[in-house]
Amino acid sequence: MNKYLMIAPLALGIHLATAADDMTAEFKQMMDGSFESSGIADKHRLYQLDFQAVCSSDRMPSAERLKAIEAEQMKTIRWPSDGKYTGDWKSGEKIAISGRGLTWSDKADTTNGGGCYNCHQLSHTEISYGTIGPSLLNYGKLRGNSEEMVKYTWGKIWNAKAYSACSNMPRNGDAEILTEAQIKDVMAYLFDPESPVNKP
Amino acid sequence: MKTRPMMLALAVAAAIAAPAAMAEGSTADGIAQYRAMLAEGNPAELWELAGEDIWKEKAGPKQASLEQCDLGKGPGVVKGASAALPRYFKDTDRVQDLESRLMTCMQTLQGISPDNFVKGKWGKGEMEKMEQIVAYVVGQSRDMKINVDMSSPQMKKMYALGKKAFFYRAGPMDFACSTCHGEDGKRIRLQDLPNLTKHEGAAAGWGSWPAYRVSNGQFWTMQHRLNDCYRQQRFPEPIYGSDVTIALSVYMAKTANGGTVMTPGIKR
Amino acid sequence: MGNPMRIRAAASDGVTEVKVLMNHEMETGQRKDSSGNLIPAHFITELNAKHGDKVVLQAEFGPSVSKNPFLSFKFKGGAKGEKVVISWVDNKGDSRSDEATIG
Repeated sequence: MNKYLMIAPLALGIHLATAADDMTAEFKQMMDGSFESSGIADKHRLYQLDFQAVCSSDRMPSAERLKAIEAEQMKTIRWPSDGKYTGDWKSGEKIAISGRGLTWSDKADTTNGGGCYNCHQLSHTEISYGTIGPSLLNYGKLRGNSEEMVKYTWGKIWNAKAYSACSNMPRNGDAEILTEAQIKDVMAYLFDPESPVNKP
Repeated sequence: MKTRPMMLALAVAAAIAAPAAMAEGSTADGIAQYRAMLAEGNPAELWELAGEDIWKEKAGPKQASLEQCDLGKGPGVVKGASAALPRYFKDTDRVQDLESRLMTCMQTLQGISPDNFVKGKWGKGEMEKMEQIVAYVVGQSRDMKINVDMSSPQMKKMYALGKKAFFYRAGPMDFACSTCHGEDGKRIRLQDLPNLTKHEGAAAGWGSWPAYRVSNGQFWTMQHRLNDCYRQQRFPEPIYGSDVTIALSVYMAKTANGGTVMTPGIKR
Repeated sequence: MGNPMRIRAAASDGVTEVKVLMNHEMETGQRKDSSGNLIPAHFITELNAKHGDKVVLQAEFGPSVSKNPFLSFKFKGGAKGEKVVISWVDNKGDSRSDEATIG
């Protein structure tokens, strides 16, 4: 049965309508009827990407599914066009602090923030930090700046789902939340020895 | 005798300006202390007071009061009503939360169109009155047990839909309700996040909204709270009283069942 | 005339504790609205509390006090059934006076 479902999921709706399918249809109808476009937040945002749908349950998908998503998402990462991975840590700090952008009360020309502090501890001085993500205090100091580490960090910021399929972290580069230049600045904030992330 | 009143603002500044080196535990203690001070004089009472008057006033094209409104415990019964909401109502054949039910009452008894709220602005016009009525009604369940009746198939279905909505990830940031409210002991900045998937967190969250928000001096209903969660999730805007908001309310209320109603609450 | 206050007063062991919740914007005069215009200041400047004919508290308020202020104080004396009257005046000359029975 399971095997059949996996091979021919399309046939399901036609031949094997179940209670679960009724529920799915009803759910879609509910969501569709419950939201409307507002400001820059268009209604199409409601419709899920494949991986978003897979990660929308209280149970983790199978290891296989996760791996497949990660491989797919890895392809979305764009490496810096000029080969430089870091910018200005001072502007990186502003981006890490700002949680602005992309809500229906923001304007289309709002400069988006990275909202890093909503979930991560970063610097030695800012005590108002969230704990949904791990602490990144002393990020560069603890991890060094090997090519491997720098590339991993860039990729993680660009699209966290490439490393952990159902990660809570947004796809900053892939979803065009931050620009390439902004990501460079955030990178500098994490790696620069003079940045308050690494210097008490 | 002339005295300057001891101002809450001063005490708050002291709590927040605590040294950076302070351990996390004592930051939380400071916040808890601040909350306790706020709770002593909850301005939501001013909304309750106004709401009680509005409940009894004749209004709308039909010039009727809400005193015959049935919130589930029979016409006119306000005591304990919100502790048992949402519930399934036969007359509308819908599961309704407090606010959608009040819209029904205003429409049928008073002739006030739901458009006043669905297309309304928070804190303005009829919506301001709705907020005051909500404050009054939820105050009439204070200290009671959260007690939603899950026996009907309609409530069971709404619970299942609400749970699905809770974990539904979408939008440019891939967020769901569960992103922030699915684990114990998490924070956004310094704001503690209740884990709404468990009884304790759901009782704390569901049990303390609607609430007065000190930071902006506004009274937020549960519909307003959910609306702003979706704003921060970068979703499109949920329609006032829509099924997704009611389904999520059923999911939270059922998980909170047996907890204590602390409404209207007071928040930072 | 301003909006009603919420006042509670309770006497025990010869001391009356009074809790007052005022309904007031308490606009500082330093904030701007969404179109960048300054919102005019509007705040309570003076408050006094009377027990019978006796003034038991007189206080100066200012723009640094929060919206919908809460004030709590105690005075010696007062017995169940007696009245406490709270009055305030704001910078626009508006005023409000409410009373509560000591419980």
